[in-house]
Amino acid sequence: MATQVFSLPKTLKGDVKYSFCPGCDHGVAVRLVAEVLDELGIIDNTILSAAIGCSVTTYDFINVDALEAPHGRAVAEAVGIKRARPDKIVFTYQGDGDFASIGLAEGIHAALRGEKITAICINNTTYGMTGGQLGPTTLVGQVTTTSPTGRNLEYYGYPIKLAEHIALCDGTAFSARVSLDSVPNIKKAKQAIKKAFEVQMKGLGFGFVEILSTCPTNWKMSPDKAHARVRDEMMPVFKPGIYKDVTAE
Amino acid sequence: MSHIVINGDKCKACYLCIEECPKKLIKISKNTNSLGNHIVEFDDPKKECLGCAMCATRCPDLAITEVYKG
Repeated sequence: MATQVFSLPKTLKGDVKYSFCPGCDHGVAVRLVAEVLDELGIIDNTILSAAIGCSVTTYDFINVDALEAPHGRAVAEAVGIKRARPDKIVFTYQGDGDFASIGLAEGIHAALRGEKITAICINNTTYGMTGGQLGPTTLVGQVTTTSPTGRNLEYYGYPIKLAEHIALCDGTAFSARVSLDSVPNIKKAKQAIKKAFEVQMKGLGFGFVEILSTCPTNWKMSPDKAHARVRDEMMPVFKPGIYKDVTAE
Repeated sequence: MSHIVINGDKCKACYLCIEECPKKLIKISKNTNSLGNHIVEFDDPKKECLGCAMCATRCPDLAITEVYKG
């Protein structure tokens, strides 16, 4: 008798069809969040603060109550929801254009204040939805539509390393960077997302996970080459790991 | 008997699952779905599937909906 070892999480809306491009790891990240909400049994008690970018459609797929925030303000909105309803679990699901660029101030200050929310940021080194422009996480030398000769260090400087910055904030309870380039790393990513929710449920502080993801369309790569790029080019710069975990100390 | 269930209508033909399968039991089908994609199909004549669920874990579009082991 065969036993079922994989099924779609109940938190995902029935028969969901993603609007993401082929090979985009947003799909995996949304599924991992849904699986974690399933395992923690907090579906009915969770509110999503939705962001702008490719991540905007998350509320079409996850079966939780959601509010849409203006560009970059998802963390600020999540803080408002959490302060009004401290009994609820509140999380954001953002891209790097949302969290690392226009919303960086909200993110850092929420971490400094130790707001008891969870922020999940997808890092694909570009602005995906608007056509692959240079973003704050674009690697040095990376070709984008607004840096056709590659990111120039003299002119644009270095990419931001979010997980390390958030880990330096005293109010942060958990900060990690994970990658979705391979199945073992996908399993590690799920553990990190779960931890980021658990620190919020225990009231310990700000939970943050940066997820390295692909953007095959704007990188102009096939899905398998895009995952090889995550492994070979992104992971040496954005090193995966747990940068802060107060429960381990 | 270990096997997987594929919802061909969700497949966007990224073919990441083909690389992931340790037994190489997933291949590109001649059939297309409503999106016009040549979907993947599960072909396991020798009953080699391990039920490891690596294909389903990798699939970004939830097209591999169920995995059975044993």
